[in-house]
Amino acid sequence: MIGYIIRKILIAIPTMFVAVTIIFLMMRVIPGDPATAALGNYASEIAVQALKERMGLNRPIYVQYIDYLKGLAQGDLGKSFVNRNPVAPLIRKVLPYTIDLTLSGILIGTILGIPLGIITAVKRNSSIDYIFRTLSLAGLSFPAFYSGLLLMLVFSVYLGLFPSIGGGDLNNVGDRLYHLALPALNVGLIMTAYITRMTRSAMLDVIQQDYISTARAKGLSENRVIVKHALKNALISVITVIGLYIGILIAGCVMSEIIFSRPGLGKLLIGAMKNRDYNMMQSILVIMTGIIVVVNLITDIAYSFCDPRIKYE
Amino acid sequence: MPRETTQAKRMWRTFKKNRTALVGAIGVIVVLLLAIFGPFFMPYDPVEQHLLDQLSPPSARFPFGTDVFGRDVLSRSILGSRVSLAVGLVSVMFAVVLGVPTGILAGYKGGLIDTGITRVVDVLMSFPVLILGLMLRAAIGGGFIGLVLAIGIAITPRFIRLARAPTISIREKEYIEAAKAVGVSEIRLMFRHIMPNVLGDVAVMSTLWIALAIRLEANLSFIGIGIPPPTPSWGVMIRSGVDFLTNAPWISTIPGIFILFTVMSFNLVGDGIRDIIDPRLQQ
Repeated sequence: MIGYIIRKILIAIPTMFVAVTIIFLMMRVIPGDPATAALGNYASEIAVQALKERMGLNRPIYVQYIDYLKGLAQGDLGKSFVNRNPVAPLIRKVLPYTIDLTLSGILIGTILGIPLGIITAVKRNSSIDYIFRTLSLAGLSFPAFYSGLLLMLVFSVYLGLFPSIGGGDLNNVGDRLYHLALPALNVGLIMTAYITRMTRSAMLDVIQQDYISTARAKGLSENRVIVKHALKNALISVITVIGLYIGILIAGCVMSEIIFSRPGLGKLLIGAMKNRDYNMMQSILVIMTGIIVVVNLITDIAYSFCDPRIKYE
Repeated sequence: MPRETTQAKRMWRTFKKNRTALVGAIGVIVVLLLAIFGPFFMPYDPVEQHLLDQLSPPSARFPFGTDVFGRDVLSRSILGSRVSLAVGLVSVMFAVVLGVPTGILAGYKGGLIDTGITRVVDVLMSFPVLILGLMLRAAIGGGFIGLVLAIGIAITPRFIRLARAPTISIREKEYIEAAKAVGVSEIRLMFRHIMPNVLGDVAVMSTLWIALAIRLEANLSFIGIGIPPPTPSWGVMIRSGVDFLTNAPWISTIPGIFILFTVMSFNLVGDGIRDIIDPRLQQ
């Protein structure tokens, strides 16, 4: 088991390295240079050149790359191209908002999705199954910004129950939750759609196994077969595989932050993109990728704990 | 080829029985007809500004109301279907052309080429498609073509992976060995002998990924980096209505319904075809 974990970690390191390199290169081919973007179109050539020199953009690209990697290894994300402030504190400031949103989104998704998945699997081809399958397919088809907009329309414009924008005061738990409600519901409903589908197919997989037929043949009640025999085995894979939805979760959070004008990594990313603040963009992308790689790693390891056969593949 | 005909017939029979797929297919046909013929039947010019009818609610004159410039929301939504479908279809086609040969090359050649391609694909697939699309959109820039390229490249890794897996097993088949023995060139082997066997899966998954591409376009346009105005795209229209949500909600909600209908139709068809191909999932 230890060997398997070490092997997985050793694979994750080059993956992260390749990801950082891809991000770095993409940020360097972006049309228009950041110095002109920072100074505006009417800046003199001398001023632009001076700023480029100060930003280190005149150095050969491999030197910039090595410097960047060195900085990353020391936890230094560099400075914003636009206002010259260090990037790390800015990210630290908004990170709690994004963490709140991702955790509550996954929580809502799990609480609603797993029971729905079980019900639709057990009652397959019934009208309940059709209704929830259609609803979960609708959930997959909704662009996150549109579902957010509809929630905003109903719960804040018409019913006036929740605020439509902002992230609330981080030090005031009530205010924080009050502002979190709608964005979390938005991300949570999207996750519910995915988790319902996944749980349903995992349950169906298990229900078709021989040991379930054996359990039925022994004369166990249907409830006991489902709860004691099927559910236990299906849930192991469901709970561990939820980790693989981290990408969808992050994308949902980015769009929710934008529609609800909520501070967070996603909103910061889009703002940086519009200001052509490539260093900021690069840092946020590296952090997001890091989160995804780590969550995938944990998922892999967790799965191998639950299902020891995985190791031998 | 009588055998193939019967197989196709069998698939069609199963497809007809699969109610969700059928509903989806009807939806896709409706959207396609709307995109092709709709613009000929638009009640108004989609960029014409009716300055006396700004923000007017749905009525007999403007069935889906007007936006802040007095432009007809119905006409703009109809034209938007053309934009969204064009982006969806062209970017997926681009991803097929780029991804399928690359996947076949990786699977056929193996070794370092395969390892290199697979590693990059794994990394690109670990990015959420929205984030990858955002990065590529920033890096490529440009108008419609830039957008299609960004979305196309963002979904290319999926096609590479899709084409690579069957290639590895086909490579070992006897008829490939036989073709090699009679001196068929590697290029010909890959394109004439392996590719046709991979395209079935590609066609199926394309349906699902057209939905993904359309949703991605809507997301990027909503953020403000998709289709440049004044071309009406559903994402751009929704964005333009956000500020008027309280007094003119139709500006945002109507184009959203069009997106939902389109994406869901494609998803239903994709789900249905997957059920037919993998009967284990048919339940």
